[in-house]
Amino acid sequence: MGLMGPTKPNSTNTMSTPADLRYATSHEWVRLDGDIATVGISDHAQEELTDVVFVELPAVGRAVDAGDPTAVVESVKAASDIYAPVGGEIVEVNPDVEADPSLVNTDPYGKGWIFKLKVKDAAHVSKLMDAAAYEAQIS
Amino acid sequence: MSSDLNHSPLEAAHVALGAKLVSFAGWNMPVQYTSIIDEHTAVRTKCGIFDISHMGQFIVSGPNAVAWLNGLLTNDIAKLGIGQGQYTLMLNEAGGVIDDLIAYRTGETEFFLVVNASMIDEDFFWMAARQGEDIVLSNESPLWAGMAIQGPDAAAIFAKVCPDEILPPRNGILKTKTGSIVCRTGYTGEDGFEFFSPAAEGIAYWDKFLAAGAKACGLGARDSLRLEMGYPLNGNDLSPERTPIEAGLGFFCDLNKGDFIGREILVRQKEDGPAMKLTALRYLEKGAPPRAHYPVVSGDGAVIGELASGVLSPSLMTGIGMAYLPAEHSKIGTQLGIEVRGKVFPAEVVKKPFYKK
Repeated sequence: MGLMGPTKPNSTNTMSTPADLRYATSHEWVRLDGDIATVGISDHAQEELTDVVFVELPAVGRAVDAGDPTAVVESVKAASDIYAPVGGEIVEVNPDVEADPSLVNTDPYGKGWIFKLKVKDAAHVSKLMDAAAYEAQIS
Repeated sequence: MSSDLNHSPLEAAHVALGAKLVSFAGWNMPVQYTSIIDEHTAVRTKCGIFDISHMGQFIVSGPNAVAWLNGLLTNDIAKLGIGQGQYTLMLNEAGGVIDDLIAYRTGETEFFLVVNASMIDEDFFWMAARQGEDIVLSNESPLWAGMAIQGPDAAAIFAKVCPDEILPPRNGILKTKTGSIVCRTGYTGEDGFEFFSPAAEGIAYWDKFLAAGAKACGLGARDSLRLEMGYPLNGNDLSPERTPIEAGLGFFCDLNKGDFIGREILVRQKEDGPAMKLTALRYLEKGAPPRAHYPVVSGDGAVIGELASGVLSPSLMTGIGMAYLPAEHSKIGTQLGIEVRGKVFPAEVVKKPFYKK
């Protein structure tokens, strides 16, 4: 055992920060498809929040600017604002996380998505951090 | 580590377990290790262990200790036999709560008091300023590591760790042969005990209780567990502006034992009925977790108070909270609402405890 040395604690990081997404400093991820941005919170963020027990979704049709508090994710201990990573209009929200908030914990990049934005300017998405830069922020 | 925070003698054990540490009552304490819900559930179904080293321990002794403490505390300390403890409160002249504590009788004229972390200095100064003749009052808080082992498996875990000792009965206290103190009390509504060891032995005992099957639990679960039972937290549900009658703790105030600080106000409030009452509220449907300071509204939408404490109950999976409300709004079954970010979630006044086995 000793000869092998310790396993690298960050060996799973490529799994917990998908390379095809963009990230905001406030821990939201964005997946851009045409001019529609799907937004959720990172694996790191869900791990910090733990036990998500409630998600408050924005109204469809609401216009938001980058940095606006747009949804709320709550654990037993605290309520945390989720910010719009880019400006746009809310076109869809995820009813599944309202019914089962723990999806944010168990599948943060998949079934745990929170809302979709029709972005004002897709170029703003590319100004967000890539996976490597986000990894550097949280490490 | 912040230099102006107090550090528990068990802190290294929390760091090793990967706990999230937060500042609480001037102490750097674990709020959770893995998940508040998992830790909460462990206490309700098996056993959890909490670091309570931040809590204060005072020793009071002297030939007049019973009479002196009875002048400072609401419950009748003369009723305690040696080895017994009671929940009690220390009030200011206006009947407001300085602190709630547990007093244990460890000898004919000796008592062991366990007080809240945030109130150690204030309690001590209050008592010292009123020190009676031949009373010895000492603050032993820095000497002790404290842990609360709570849950249905607690007694079995005690037997494994302390095979030569008999766990005292409910509310009882025992000094062990090896210089620790065991109290059959807690803050979770489950069976269990609080274990105080000399500070330097704390981590060794903590590890023994973990090895015997207790799950490390933080202040987050401690708060949700106590609130499910309707137990007050000083600073949230108790304050110098509220009396124990308003807090629904009249059971722990013996108004016939003789005079004590604050008694007259309590007598008057008991006769007239308190204008404000600490009221238990439970959501009627799913909603955003209620939290301290959220407004409480009546049926017609008027704000009638604010939550003193609130949590999404992990056992009931619904919102629960307590608020000081005008007595006319505090009857069981009254329909009220709790306002969260501008949205009102319907709630009902219920009887404590929220959680029953």
